[in-house]
Amino acid sequence: MVSIIYILWLRQLKRYFRSRARMIGSIGQPLLFLVALGFGFGPIYQKAGGGDYIQFLAPGIISMGILFTAIFSGIEIIWDKQFGFLKETLVAPVSRFQIMAGRTLGGATVALFQGIIVFFISLGAGFHPTLATLPLALVFAILIAILFTALGTAIASILDDMQGFQLIMNFIVMPIFFLSGSLFPLQGLPKAVELVAYMNPLSYGVDGLRGTLIASSHFGLLHDFAVLSAVALALMGIGGYLFSKIEV
Amino acid sequence: MNIIEVKNLTRKFDKNFIAVDDISFNVKQGEIFAFLGPNGAGKTTTIRMLTTLLHPSSGTISVNGFDPVKQSGDVRRSLGIVFQDPSLDDELTAWENMELHAVLYRVPSIHRNQKIEKLLKFVELWDRKDDLIKHFSGGMKRRLEIARGLLHSPKILFLDEPTIGLDPQTRNHIWTYVRNLNKSEGLTVFFTTHYMDEAEKSASRIAIIDHGKIISDGTAEELRQKTGSASLEEAFISMTGKHIRSEDASAKDGMRMHSRMWRR
Repeated sequence: MVSIIYILWLRQLKRYFRSRARMIGSIGQPLLFLVALGFGFGPIYQKAGGGDYIQFLAPGIISMGILFTAIFSGIEIIWDKQFGFLKETLVAPVSRFQIMAGRTLGGATVALFQGIIVFFISLGAGFHPTLATLPLALVFAILIAILFTALGTAIASILDDMQGFQLIMNFIVMPIFFLSGSLFPLQGLPKAVELVAYMNPLSYGVDGLRGTLIASSHFGLLHDFAVLSAVALALMGIGGYLFSKIEV
Repeated sequence: MNIIEVKNLTRKFDKNFIAVDDISFNVKQGEIFAFLGPNGAGKTTTIRMLTTLLHPSSGTISVNGFDPVKQSGDVRRSLGIVFQDPSLDDELTAWENMELHAVLYRVPSIHRNQKIEKLLKFVELWDRKDDLIKHFSGGMKRRLEIARGLLHSPKILFLDEPTIGLDPQTRNHIWTYVRNLNKSEGLTVFFTTHYMDEAEKSASRIAIIDHGKIISDGTAEELRQKTGSASLEEAFISMTGKHIRSEDASAKDGMRMHSRMWRR
């Protein structure tokens, strides 16, 4: 059982590291946000008394890197449906659970790598994290990665082709990112935006990263950890169920 | 001895569409069995039921002595399947695709490398083992899929239109492999095709399905005699009629057509 999960995990990693274009492409966006927003809004943020914006923004952009890669690793299942490889795994004498577990862990690992790369880029942009709590930050990064890979898997299980890609991008991925407190503090928001942000699991991921990287947390680390773990488990359950219903 | 036994098999889809309508047939061990029919006749639905991917509405199936509904794991281990559409991972090498399959089918690791080598040599892809599949031609992919399907030593090899889109040289090549395997290993082969010459040349027995029912079966010779035709193609046309069947577009066509997006 372990060897089956392992080989499917390894497959995700090989696909990621072989696709240089994808790696570089997915670094471009966080880099752009870090530079444009970080340096663009930095002075205003400072004037408003918020302090160094890069310190505030970097955990948000790291979460973004993980979020995007995780969801798209999950959504890769649509490609596998289109190009047939999914059939090969689904007719093998192994349980769907093992296939789903291998894929989710592989996708999450790749997303985690992406987050680490963005972390190093943000260091170059002037980010100074608290080094002592770095291992704890890694825990939060892993939780974000697993949660959103499971979400991607769930979405991919009910979609048949990539036509829905724009829809997913504009109505799921972008709102999750923009309404998570990754770009702005959650204090003093209009009620409606606050409500959405509180329902958004990424808010707790960003907050957890901020709590561990720059020792500033809105909800409290334990609260973040509890919400992320619960949502990740629920999404793995839903994703697993929908995945088990795929017909080829 | 029958390695596949199908009795009164029926599959209905919603809206009262009956894709497979009370069919019964047997495949003997060591036979090359051709399952022919026009598009939309019920071939693929039958294959999906035989290979555990779809549950029958009624009727019974036995594959290598196992029931695909209750003993899907045993049935899956008994089968090597080459699908109509390619099912390789393009971003992996030939070797890696084989290795992944070996792990999924729990081929013991002591035999694994040796077996992969033997099969890759058999389909003449050994020197390309470290190349990514995306650089392979259609014929090379097919050969690799056949090698992969044989990796876990199945009792039955399923080939769903294995030679579609291939040139005559490659088709000839592939059938030579398959016939050799059938002869040397006693492997049972179950295949579908639209090329009547392939069925005529390779199949020991042929069943023709249309509108969900098996309308005739026997050797190519018997089918020709039954209809008084000179070739299997003529016999096929005379039994299934001349009009062209429509079939729902596959998801891939849908993707090209910018049409439907949600499955439900």
